[in-house]
Amino acid sequence: MLTRVPRIAASEISAPEVYFNRRTLLAGALASAASAWLPAAEGPPPAEAALTYARNPQYSVSEPPNKLEEIAGYNNFYEFGTDKESPSKYAHTLRTRPWSVTVQGEAEVRGRFDLEDLLKGQALEERIYRFRCVEAWSLVVPWIGFPLSNLLARFKPTSNAKYVEFTTLYDPAQMPGQRSAVLKWPYVEGLRIDEAMHPLTLMVVGLYGRILPNQDGAPLRLIVPWKYGFKSIKSIVQIGFSARQPNTAWNVAAPHEYGFYANVNPQVDHPRWSQASERRIGAPFLAARRPTLPFNGYAAQVASLYQGMDLRRYF
Amino acid sequence: MNITQRYRYLYKPLVFVAGLAPLAWMICGALQLFGASLGADPVKKLEHECGKTALNFLLLTLAVTPVRTLTGLPQLLRLRRMLGLFVFFYAVVHFTVYLVLDLELNFPLLGADIVKRPYITVGFTALLLLVPLALTSTNGMMRRLGRRWQSLHRLIYVIAALAVWHFYWQVKRDVREPLLYLGMLALLLGYRLVRWRAHAAAAAVVVTSRSGSATAPERT
Repeated sequence: MLTRVPRIAASEISAPEVYFNRRTLLAGALASAASAWLPAAEGPPPAEAALTYARNPQYSVSEPPNKLEEIAGYNNFYEFGTDKESPSKYAHTLRTRPWSVTVQGEAEVRGRFDLEDLLKGQALEERIYRFRCVEAWSLVVPWIGFPLSNLLARFKPTSNAKYVEFTTLYDPAQMPGQRSAVLKWPYVEGLRIDEAMHPLTLMVVGLYGRILPNQDGAPLRLIVPWKYGFKSIKSIVQIGFSARQPNTAWNVAAPHEYGFYANVNPQVDHPRWSQASERRIGAPFLAARRPTLPFNGYAAQVASLYQGMDLRRYF
Repeated sequence: MNITQRYRYLYKPLVFVAGLAPLAWMICGALQLFGASLGADPVKKLEHECGKTALNFLLLTLAVTPVRTLTGLPQLLRLRRMLGLFVFFYAVVHFTVYLVLDLELNFPLLGADIVKRPYITVGFTALLLLVPLALTSTNGMMRRLGRRWQSLHRLIYVIAALAVWHFYWQVKRDVREPLLYLGMLALLLGYRLVRWRAHAAAAAVVVTSRSGSATAPERT
């Protein structure tokens, strides 16, 4: 189960010339990806820093992406307040540099790593993913990042590493929303190791070609496109490998409403609202509601991860 | 101007204009006029603003009785009907936004929501209960119903409780705002409870003394 190879539909496999072209693009990206993160002595503020990346059409949907002001102006990031507009107003207090991530648990390589170090050698790619919130709204987002598996492999997880746990920064001075106990802080999320190693699972550092806006989870966030948005934890400072399923923030807050798996599933309603359909933010007037797809439209790639599981029970 | 004229030509028009201000603000937001904006999800924003405005007017309506006794301005009663009708107006707009803009007239989804989602069941019940109150708000209906009018309009207490419950239940996690509304409602209803008990006690004294004097001669 841990080493299952995902099935990718034939239609999603790039033609060789696209692939090789991508390799050349990535080679360039590789050299400059890390350097884009070095603090600039002069010049534009880092938040505006452009990233070098290559598009990955193989993992991109064809739906039109949302506008930057929608993606960066409508956020659930309770560390900065519970209104959708609060993160864009208050997240400027977050200092994303210097930034480090502590790696611990069931892995051979552990310790504290600077962000620049973590990003070294990671070729950045742009992937246009659907993003489905558990609140039944959705976006289409051109993320910039790299497969989480590339990062995790570096730490050499042991055979005991059945789960990966991620933790957001805890610092009420920078994250004023943490002063109220709406959730148990710090925010924790987790994945089964095979979910974490799946090629769709992305470590994200940018959006629309630039470094992530703070309110979208700078400087390092997770994106798991087939799960509800709350799984895609933001501003990560810790990655742990463990044999046991992590206690994740929303699951702890309301276990009967938010499961550990939280796979997008139109068949399994939230106790207080339907998950059968969703509203696409920014869509034309009276044409925003659309049916929700199983696994948010990524069933062909990920459904096999859950073969034999009762998805009503493991919601 | 005498007091009736002042209410008719001054205060009531002012309250009417003020009552339409939230709607005007929402329209400006929808059209992005005067720097107003409804954000990235205008539909949700409209839905929530209309609902909260209805709830605000509901609390204002319930505040009329305590305020007029506490301030010694009994004439404030003349504004209550308009405030109550604004509750109905914004509740209807709230429901319309939900049905037309949010559900996009998907009636099967509406049916499923009303049956399966407790917070929508509660909110929809509150809306339905407002209908008879709005229909019987005219002078003619007040005359025709006589004493029953007041009994009917006590439904507003039930509606208020349902509305706050509806708000509380639809919030995902941060319940501070609905709890604030609950607190205000508790104050407004608590005030009445205290007064009723005081009245009942006073009435009991009156009844006892009356019956005492009335029965006393018969016994002898």
